[in-house]
Amino acid sequence: MEQPILEMRGINKAFNGITVLNDVHFSVKKGEVHALMGGNGAGKSTLMKILTGVYTADSGEILIEGQPVTIKSYDEAQKNNISMIFQEFSLIPTLTVAQNIYLTREKKTSIGLLDDKDCEKKTEKLLEELGVDIRPNDLVHNLGVGYWQMTEIAKALSQEAKILIMDEPTSSLTKNETEVLFSFINKLKAKGYSIIYISHRMDEIFEICDRITIMRDGRYVTTEKCSETDLDTVISHIVGMQFDQAFEWKERTYALDVPPIFEVRNLSAEHVQDINLKIQPGEIVGIAGLMGSGRTELLRNLFGIDPIKSGDIYINGQKHSIKNPKNAIEAGLALIPEDRRMQGLVLEHSVKDNMTLPILSKVKKGAFIDSKKSNEISKEFVRKLNIKTDNIFKKAGLLSGGNQQKIVLAKWLANDPTVLMLDEPTIGVDIGAKTEIVEIIRAMAENGKAILVVSSELPELLALSDRVIIMHDGKIKKEMTRREIKSEEELQYAIQGF
Amino acid sequence: MQSKVSSVQKPAAPSLKGFEWRNYIVYFAFVGVLIYFSISLSDEGFLTSANLLNIVRQTATISLMALAMTFVISTGEIDLSVGSIAALSSLVGALAIQAGYGIIGGLIGGVGTGLVVGLINGLLVTKVAIPSFLVTLGTMGAVKGAAMWVTDTAPVPIVDANFNFIFGSGDIGPIPVLLIWTLVFTVIAHILLRKTSFGRQVLATGGNESAARFSGVKTMKIKLMVFLATGLMAGLAGLLYAGRMNAGRFSFGEGDELSVIAAVILGGTSLFGGVGTIIGTIVGSLMIGTINNGLIIMGLDVSQQMIIKGVIIILAVAFGKKAMKR
Repeated sequence: MEQPILEMRGINKAFNGITVLNDVHFSVKKGEVHALMGGNGAGKSTLMKILTGVYTADSGEILIEGQPVTIKSYDEAQKNNISMIFQEFSLIPTLTVAQNIYLTREKKTSIGLLDDKDCEKKTEKLLEELGVDIRPNDLVHNLGVGYWQMTEIAKALSQEAKILIMDEPTSSLTKNETEVLFSFINKLKAKGYSIIYISHRMDEIFEICDRITIMRDGRYVTTEKCSETDLDTVISHIVGMQFDQAFEWKERTYALDVPPIFEVRNLSAEHVQDINLKIQPGEIVGIAGLMGSGRTELLRNLFGIDPIKSGDIYINGQKHSIKNPKNAIEAGLALIPEDRRMQGLVLEHSVKDNMTLPILSKVKKGAFIDSKKSNEISKEFVRKLNIKTDNIFKKAGLLSGGNQQKIVLAKWLANDPTVLMLDEPTIGVDIGAKTEIVEIIRAMAENGKAILVVSSELPELLALSDRVIIMHDGKIKKEMTRREIKSEEELQYAIQGF
Repeated sequence: MQSKVSSVQKPAAPSLKGFEWRNYIVYFAFVGVLIYFSISLSDEGFLTSANLLNIVRQTATISLMALAMTFVISTGEIDLSVGSIAALSSLVGALAIQAGYGIIGGLIGGVGTGLVVGLINGLLVTKVAIPSFLVTLGTMGAVKGAAMWVTDTAPVPIVDANFNFIFGSGDIGPIPVLLIWTLVFTVIAHILLRKTSFGRQVLATGGNESAARFSGVKTMKIKLMVFLATGLMAGLAGLLYAGRMNAGRFSFGEGDELSVIAAVILGGTSLFGGVGTIIGTIVGSLMIGTINNGLIIMGLDVSQQMIIKGVIIILAVAFGKKAMKR
């Protein structure tokens, strides 16, 4: 058998005693596009971080062309001809394509000055070989996103990279850009480069990849040839037979004979089109879809962060014009954003200060903040939501992910919203806290709120939702009641657009 | 298959709109200022060669500091301590000469002082990770205090005629030595920024620090170097003040940080890092000098000059920001 260009054997990795990779095997042949798949938390990115030297494995070995290597930094990964293609953040926008590609590796003239002509010539040759239609002296700043990636790939190849890792490379690309990228990947393949392709998009994987390796819960599951497997098999491997007590669906009842508490009519914006949506009081609606399908964007539009082009929003039957988050909050909306560390919390502030930030006007006594009242409210939430903190004056940044998320929840519960929108509410949260957060969301619904949840963790979505909306390319593609969805596989199918 | 899909956002032809306009605005503005003063002050002798050379003399200190500041701002940092460094350096240099260490002693004393403060600034920014704005705001005060303390605010006269010639009042033929200092360092700075890997890495660090790091740029080292550069040049500027005024004095360089930063930003260097131009900086600096000179001839006092400089900075940044959005 042909020797693989890359082999990872028996990789183990644990963080704080929690095993995230358990005896993982992974091998890539020369000149193949190899998909790495698995649900959230399956361990794909940890495995790739080990390969690129961001983390070091606790045990196991990495072989390049049969030779064992140690990779302790990104530099060492590059020396072993491994390059990660970042989506857009690893280029310097204010420099040209050529200057970026040869940064720190410029040829010098005899008196030690930069030989830009040489860089440009080499870049031109490289781009021509790869069939990329950009000029070496174009400012990166002026390039489209698709070309950023190709510039990065060109940069990697100029550094003798032979194994390229691409993580969701199409998530910010249009259909046309994706096609261009795919023809480019095919060219690379023909030239003998190997590509590790991480994506959740099955159609893309079946289009571009030769083999698929599937991981689940930190373990290697299987490696299959794309030509010899099908969607069913792949999905069943990804989902496995996991059965999680915490994530069991509870059938709930809510009033159907009353007017909807939240309604969106014909909403269109930059990334979403023709969104129509009704939520009954006490109903939990889940939004499913791939990255870039417009899920997060829709929530941002509804909350007034990004402007809408047309369409109306009704809360309790009343039309509201929402131009900014302040309008949204006043109208009774709340959004719990995906990236709580960036958007949800002031990490440097105390638990209490974070919780009372949106309700300052309610805890004021004259011109001053009533500290007794705000302390009481904060303590009550710490107790109610079971937030593990020494006291309410502790810095939010010092708490665990799950407890931070509970603070974000408390922050908005204190404001008593009519419609609660959550984007990936349990991302990066341990399983115990996950269950608690799911319970809190359910309790909110029991109080007659409308809940809109975006999640890419299907078990969570299935546990929570009374109804699931499937988005694709900015549109609502399908709507299913929870009762109609027989299994996670069925939902997977719907999301993939089959 | 050729990767040509028409609807893919193609790299625009090197955009002539906005971006370039912003790069050249300082030249138009400079010419405009020259024309304005030439006409309105023609009776007061603005356009005489004596006055124009005077502008160069008065601007030399600002220009040297602005050259180094271009590097600092290109990395996305700022150095507010340059004026205070110039003051302390003028005194240390003058004291060294007074103590009999000669011109070389004065040079080492003045420039050394600048390098030490630059090193402190650089280490605090890179090792202790304090934002440069705060670090240099602190050293601006502390160094100024040191300058006042070292002689109890008394000026230190310099009687060494050679020092005063080389570092200030000398003319070689019709050419002031201060013009030579300015020209030499402008050429060096331009080559450093445009033609050396140091300059490229400065721009890369300011353009996207994490990307630069991933490309193998030692961004911390680069930042340390740029603060050493402003320290060095501010030290030298202090000596030029001392040479021109025949003394070291704690009040030299007061408010210079404003003029220096204005010159750099006006020249087209981005306050957000990643874009820098030495030629723009020099023109910006000459423009500030010309405005100062013109306002003095018009009979405005220092307080009014400060108001106008402040307004210029804000306008320059506002223009720059508008162009950045494109």
